[in-house]
Amino acid sequence: MPENPNPDRDLTPDVSAETDVARLGHSSPPPAHEQTADEDADVVDWDRVAAMEQFKALLKAKAAFIVPATLFFVVYYFALPVLVGWFPELMEKRIGPVNLAYLFALSQFFMAWAVAFVYLRKAAKFDEEARQIIARLDEPKGAKPE
Amino acid sequence: MNFLLAAAASAPAAAPAGFQFTPALGMFLAFVLVTLGITYWSARKSTGASNYFAAGRGITAWQNGLAVAGDYMSAASFLGIAGMIAFKGYDGFMYSVGWLVAYLTVLLVVAEPLRNAGKYTMADVLAYRLSPRPVRAMASLSTLTVSTFYMIAQMVGAGALVKLLLPGVAYEWAVTGVGVLMIVYVVFGGMLATTWVQIIKAVLLMSGSLFLSILVLKHFDYSFVKFFEAVGKVPVAGPDGTIVHKDFLKPGLIFGLEVTKGWGPIDLISLGLALVFGTAGLPHVLVRFYTVPDAKTARISVVWAMIIIGAFYIMTTLLGFGAATILTPANISVENMSAPLLAKALGGEIFFAFISAVAFATILAVVAGLTISASTSFAHDFYTNVLHHGRERGPGEEVRVARIAAFVVGAVAIFLAIKLQTINVAFLVGLAFAVAASANLPVIVLSLFWKRFNTAGAVWGLGVGLVGSIVLIILSPSVMDPSGKGLIHAAPWFPLKNPGIVSIPLGFLAAWIATLMSNDRTSETKFAELTVRANTGLGSEKATAH
Repeated sequence: MPENPNPDRDLTPDVSAETDVARLGHSSPPPAHEQTADEDADVVDWDRVAAMEQFKALLKAKAAFIVPATLFFVVYYFALPVLVGWFPELMEKRIGPVNLAYLFALSQFFMAWAVAFVYLRKAAKFDEEARQIIARLDEPKGAKPE
Repeated sequence: MNFLLAAAASAPAAAPAGFQFTPALGMFLAFVLVTLGITYWSARKSTGASNYFAAGRGITAWQNGLAVAGDYMSAASFLGIAGMIAFKGYDGFMYSVGWLVAYLTVLLVVAEPLRNAGKYTMADVLAYRLSPRPVRAMASLSTLTVSTFYMIAQMVGAGALVKLLLPGVAYEWAVTGVGVLMIVYVVFGGMLATTWVQIIKAVLLMSGSLFLSILVLKHFDYSFVKFFEAVGKVPVAGPDGTIVHKDFLKPGLIFGLEVTKGWGPIDLISLGLALVFGTAGLPHVLVRFYTVPDAKTARISVVWAMIIIGAFYIMTTLLGFGAATILTPANISVENMSAPLLAKALGGEIFFAFISAVAFATILAVVAGLTISASTSFAHDFYTNVLHHGRERGPGEEVRVARIAAFVVGAVAIFLAIKLQTINVAFLVGLAFAVAASANLPVIVLSLFWKRFNTAGAVWGLGVGLVGSIVLIILSPSVMDPSGKGLIHAAPWFPLKNPGIVSIPLGFLAAWIATLMSNDRTSETKFAELTVRANTGLGSEKATAH
């Protein structure tokens, strides 16, 4: 690099050049010379992954479990205050030593645990899918297998 | 690390009982000594930002599960819910259900994407594709608000508790003691010390509750039939002073239509909404997921936490109904004392001391978690990223600022807790959940799942959710009370104690409308990247090598 002939003058061009400095606080991508090592290495082509059929299928599979599961637990949970609040006669029905209200409240705990365990099993499959997607990412570059 | 647990378990038994202290004070001091030892050990390991803020991301699934439970189960749930069940029966139990179910939202919606796409705070995820400075400033404000409200409620509770459990210790000293300890844990030990304080607390709380539950069942010859028979006819003082027998399994004593002039069930639904959507927006819970190595561990740790928290809340029915049937409400001085007094009746003075020490440990673990999440958000979001555009001006600056912030937050909390001594601040817990559900959760969910979402939407969503919850609480019966129990002597303008049912839709609506009103589309360019990161863990923060 040639020495700066005039040390008082900043030689960095002002606008729109290759070496332009990213404006602070804006989300536009920084110019090449400002990128971090991570970005520089371009470890992941995000758009390419997002466009992969396998990735789209993963998102779909996740949504197909998470959306109904969330709706289910929300409805099941809010059924408790609704039933107890507006249908107390029904909920005060005795069943063995306790009443329906107590059993339904207690069942909420087992419902929450059951949903959590089913999700754990499902998520193991999602993890496997994600692993395959990451593995395929390395193929064209001929990356070393793990 | 096993020696720590062993030490924690044996410490209370080895505590100097008697001397000039009461056994309760002795056991509490033993807990303090063990936790200070851990802080010393952590301080030597907590160098560097990811060690200080995220315990090096090296916490295992079961450890984090215990720590989440220890972070979350406050004295309000231990003493408060047991007391509520002891005095009001079934409705107290119904109150506790939401505290567990809420973790399904954490598990299914936020824990994994947050771990994959963030670094230290929830704002990291928001800043990903939105303009970082305004979003971080608002998220930091909301985090500090939630943490401060929650902390003041905890510390005022701690002071009140000390008055009951250790009559010799003044309120001011109790609050200052709790405050100084939490500052020491967080300033010197960082996230690692906080995590182990929470783990020990969870183990103590669970073993104390389990033992007390067994004593209750033993009282009824281990027969649930006998137990529920007694619950069916609890003697309580009637309106004319005579003793009447009430069925404590019958709903309606707190939230019933008659007791609440028709608003009870809606108030309960509103509370449920704040719990179910607020827990997944509580900053001190969310930061815990950055302490594990990856999203899978985060997920398993939520399930561990759910097992522990669920088991605990089921046990609260044994404690609460046990206190109602064995002691009867007439013999319990203050509602919150139900569990400790039950321990005294069934297990004697030493067990009473143990349960009291557990209550202190509970408060300390929660306030330490709140302090570290508040100071992390201030240092990482506000100081480094808003004020200094994401750059540290010197090595270790962010951690140094966080330590100073932890000190300041702690000092302010001590000051406010002493000032607010005579005021019933229980509503602040509800307020913290309402803000988390109305401000934090909508923007987290929208930024993860809605491509069009932009900076204006996030800023307005956070702002309206935050201000809306606070205003509605001020207008509610918790603050405006004509009988003089609230801060304002007047009839409430808003009928519900829990604003969630109005403020959560407000937060979502504000985020949605502001997004559509703005032409800003830059956030869409990075949506693909955020989705890939959140769902695959590519490029996520790794654990530091030990």
